[in-house]
Amino acid sequence: MNTSYAMPRWADLVLLPLVCLAVALLAAGGVVALVGQHPVEVISVLVHGAFGSARGLSYTLYYATTFVFTGLAVAVAFHGGLFNIGGEGQAILGGLGTGLVALWFSAFLPSWLMLPLMVVSGALFGMAWAVVPGYLQAYRGSHVVITTIMFNFIASTLLVYVLVNHLRPAGAMSVESVAFSESAKLPGMHEALAWLGVAWPASPLNLSVVLAALAALGVYLFLWRTRAGYRLRAVGSSPSAAEYAGIRTRHQVVLGMAVSGALAGMVGMNEIAGVHGKLLLEFVSGAGFTGIAVALMGRNHPVGIVFASILFGALFQGGAEVAFEVRGFSRDMVVMLQGFIVLFSGAMVYVIAPLVARGLNLAGRCLRQTGARHG
Amino acid sequence: MTGSAARAAIAVRMTGIQKRFGAVAANADVNLTVLAGTVHGLVGENGAGKSTLMSVLYGFYQADSGNIEVFGRPAIIRNADDAIALGIGMVHQHFMLVDSLTAMENVMLGAEPHWLLRRAESQVRSKLETLMQSTGLHVALDALVSELPVGDRQRLEILKALYRGARVLILDEPTAVLTPQETEQLFGVLRVLREQGTTILLITHKLKEVMRLCDQVTVMRAGCVVQEMPIAQASIEGLAEAMVGRKVQMGRLQDDVLSLGDVLLQASHVTVRDAMNVVRLDDVNLNLRGGEIVGVAGVSGNGQSELLDVLSGLLAPIEGELLLCGQRFSAAKWLDPRAARSWGLAHVPEDRHARAMVMDFAAWESAVLGYEALPEYASGGWMKHAAMLQGTATMMERFDVRPRDPALLSRSFSGGNQQKLVLARELGQLPKVLLVGQPTRGVDIGAIEFIYAQLRAMRDAGCAVLVVSSELDEILALSTRVIVMNQGRVAGELPIEDCTEASLGLLMVGGVA
Repeated sequence: MNTSYAMPRWADLVLLPLVCLAVALLAAGGVVALVGQHPVEVISVLVHGAFGSARGLSYTLYYATTFVFTGLAVAVAFHGGLFNIGGEGQAILGGLGTGLVALWFSAFLPSWLMLPLMVVSGALFGMAWAVVPGYLQAYRGSHVVITTIMFNFIASTLLVYVLVNHLRPAGAMSVESVAFSESAKLPGMHEALAWLGVAWPASPLNLSVVLAALAALGVYLFLWRTRAGYRLRAVGSSPSAAEYAGIRTRHQVVLGMAVSGALAGMVGMNEIAGVHGKLLLEFVSGAGFTGIAVALMGRNHPVGIVFASILFGALFQGGAEVAFEVRGFSRDMVVMLQGFIVLFSGAMVYVIAPLVARGLNLAGRCLRQTGARHG
Repeated sequence: MTGSAARAAIAVRMTGIQKRFGAVAANADVNLTVLAGTVHGLVGENGAGKSTLMSVLYGFYQADSGNIEVFGRPAIIRNADDAIALGIGMVHQHFMLVDSLTAMENVMLGAEPHWLLRRAESQVRSKLETLMQSTGLHVALDALVSELPVGDRQRLEILKALYRGARVLILDEPTAVLTPQETEQLFGVLRVLREQGTTILLITHKLKEVMRLCDQVTVMRAGCVVQEMPIAQASIEGLAEAMVGRKVQMGRLQDDVLSLGDVLLQASHVTVRDAMNVVRLDDVNLNLRGGEIVGVAGVSGNGQSELLDVLSGLLAPIEGELLLCGQRFSAAKWLDPRAARSWGLAHVPEDRHARAMVMDFAAWESAVLGYEALPEYASGGWMKHAAMLQGTATMMERFDVRPRDPALLSRSFSGGNQQKLVLARELGQLPKVLLVGQPTRGVDIGAIEFIYAQLRAMRDAGCAVLVVSSELDEILALSTRVIVMNQGRVAGELPIEDCTEASLGLLMVGGVA
């Protein structure tokens, strides 16, 4: 990244994203006002819908769970200097992997064996789907951006093919598999909390939110605490220096894509094992692409990605509330708001950052002067 | 100075120039007066503020305060266009030329005198030919820049500035990439230009050249002018002392008593071809013994970089054999950088930014690059952060890396301090063979002295050292034996006693010593 501006780390990590968010909200508020709605009302409905109730909060976190997986996937690849656009396809394949083992084994395996097996299978399927473009990039020079996009298309048609021709029960009209047995069902958060004696409204939020938190922690440890992560980051920041250090850059490219794909592949745990209990179409529905925005907004750091995921989860959940509550405000307006956030925190960050830096500088100088006067 | 009365007009006068970057004062109340029709040397270490001062003059930066007068008139220079309009031209250290265009197209670029290209070309050509006649700056106008040798490119840059009406010419480290012969030619041209009334500002750190060419010299240190004098009153020792602020020992040490050890590295018949199948190294044979420093001289691009890469395992030859500390490698099974390190070879690469460090890593992460698998830094796949930080702190202490902050990003250190950290890392493992490319490129005089001392200490400890440098002075100061490369071949080998700038320079361009 070109850092022609200098600011303290806290400002770079906290203040800057907040300023970007504020500018995005302002711009979106302007558009809301233009279509004759009241921006403050819309925002308050949105915030209340996302965080105002236990149920709303659960939905927000449920959406966020999926974004954490895809956001982390993008971030890991990014640290290896790779732009993985294929989170969507890898998540689809991951869901397929999760679903297939559930369909095959859930009838006779207990939960404690079934659920880990589904996680591993989903991760392996996602990994396999990412390793192929990774290999092609490392050893054949096909650009990973192109191949992962292509692999998204192949993945979605592959899922349709498998569902329609092999998994759909004979005579059924809808394109989906039979329901898994109980042992393949990841408990919902309300069920888990009920065991602990806490009352919580029913929602799609399930235990994979814990898995997502563990994944975020794991990515942090992998990137900044392990030798493999060190080497991956070296390759991503400076391939020529990595080569000088004796790091096998091609291995690292494949490894980076493998970890990335495995993370995306865990989306199936949230959607397939946690909510639907069967394999169906459209369970990813763009989350792979939202992951790119999440990683951008979260500055490719696990902590940032968790917060960005919650933000995007809130936009999904709150946006649905707004579309429901405010007359004449459609879901497309929420998509517009997301668009502004991606624009300002992704592309416009280089416009906003120097302004923030200059503002900080000015504020610092004022403080010092008043301090000097008082002292 | 002869005829100084007639030339007393002042070309550039900068008064009270202040320029701050954050907390750092790059220029603190700098005054500079350049007489018209003279060659004025501007010397100082990296970060002394000479480039900032010239950038203010050429309009890259605006000074926070201070005044500029050009030929007696107050001038406000907001950008390079303003500077050019005032008759100021600049030749940058890294040439600003478009490789895929011809020499003439480069001159014309951005200053086309007519919207029809053919008309423009004929006008520019006739004007350029007159200019070339009068100044002696000859360049093949229809050749692509990518085909021109470095010396020609530089002449083209000067021509470009003159074409745009430069009466004051700023040259930034013009001889860094030239052979001694090319340097001689350049100085001839600059003298002609001075005779014709052009004022020349020469930024350099080669004091010898200042003494030979300049009429007046200004020394900067830490953002201030510390000395300004006519060249007749200056001496190399005095200028070096003024630059650094203390006495420095740069040249060859007299007490070199050497004890040669075994042959630690032996390369035979090494031939390298690049991706375009062009021969880069041609049947190179080389021996390195413990306790010696072998200097590799040559004009940049004659195979020195490939030699370093092939010996350190970054590049595999198509033919040849290597014996490294008793271990034999063939072209079919060449060593890789990891194997090279494990057999006791350390490599300080030429390109510090692209190779030696990961610029976006903190210093403590760059300080283990290449050694991240050592048990002292990692165990069971986990990095030991505390040990890495501790190790970096020790390196910084031993090699006087400033600031002593292991958490600072690698790119935030000055060139000299980056180089010291890289040396600390590579010397820290007590290698048997040490390859060093451009040990002091972009490094301050004070740090150069320190780096030389470290390399000599390695030699005395029995290490076999190979130094590739484009600075002949450096080769002469360090080496016990010198190899000259030309077009991928070893053009000659001389013991240090027989080396002079003239004999090496001749070998470098393909002659016979």
